[in-house]
Amino acid sequence: MTELANSPRPPRRQFRNINAFTDLTTYRLPPAGIVSILHRVSGALMFLLLPFIIWMFDTSVSSEISFARFKAVFNVGVGFAPGWFFKLVALALIWAYLHHFIAGLRHLWMDVSHAAVTKEFGKSSAIGTLVISIALTLVLGAKLFGLY
Amino acid sequence: MSVNYGSKRIVVGAHYGLRDWLSQRVTGGLMALFTIILLAQVLFSRGPIGYDTWAGIFSAQWMKVLTFVVIASILYHVWVGMRDIWMDYVQPVAIRLALQIFTIVWLVGCAGWAIQVLWRL
Repeated sequence: MTELANSPRPPRRQFRNINAFTDLTTYRLPPAGIVSILHRVSGALMFLLLPFIIWMFDTSVSSEISFARFKAVFNVGVGFAPGWFFKLVALALIWAYLHHFIAGLRHLWMDVSHAAVTKEFGKSSAIGTLVISIALTLVLGAKLFGLY
Repeated sequence: MSVNYGSKRIVVGAHYGLRDWLSQRVTGGLMALFTIILLAQVLFSRGPIGYDTWAGIFSAQWMKVLTFVVIASILYHVWVGMRDIWMDYVQPVAIRLALQIFTIVWLVGCAGWAIQVLWRL
């Protein structure tokens, strides 16, 4: 014991406070990792925009007059903010909801099925999640901006 | 008193992890179910969706009850999720506590607003 206590150890290198710009960008994530971090990002985004979501619920459902105001905000805009800006925010919410929804179903499926807990399924289902959520976002986004 | 230290220590005695994991699954499942029910009502409505159709969906009593349950689900689901994020990325205790308090205030405030909108319909 005394030997151990007396012999000085070389100081260990400490890795603290990773830099978001120089370190995070060098991380190479597999598809499942991308889905995982986007699950967090989309969840946090919806959390922050919760008042906007409830404002949409409030104005769209409360009365005919508020419903007209709801539509006007997206078509005309309000104050200095143009309508397309609100549509863009809504589109971000659409993506966040779709991604969170599908990634959540993937989680539930992996909890229920033991066969789904493999490296291969983790990768294929992650790619499927990204493809479906982005494709649906594009389809709904085109509708939102009146492309069809 | 039973031994609860050393190799006999019960590490997961609070069942914290299981409770959070399970509650996020249950609340998430409820929200998914709500999404599908709401979507079905919108898609199977006739004609263009105006105010009457949209407000009509939420004016049914069973839909109000379901929406209320979903609001409560969101409250707990988001609390667990945001707390996970703060615990992972924010180490200073003071800042983390402040953010957790902000999360609770934000969520309870939003839930109150949503319930008010729902029940005056």
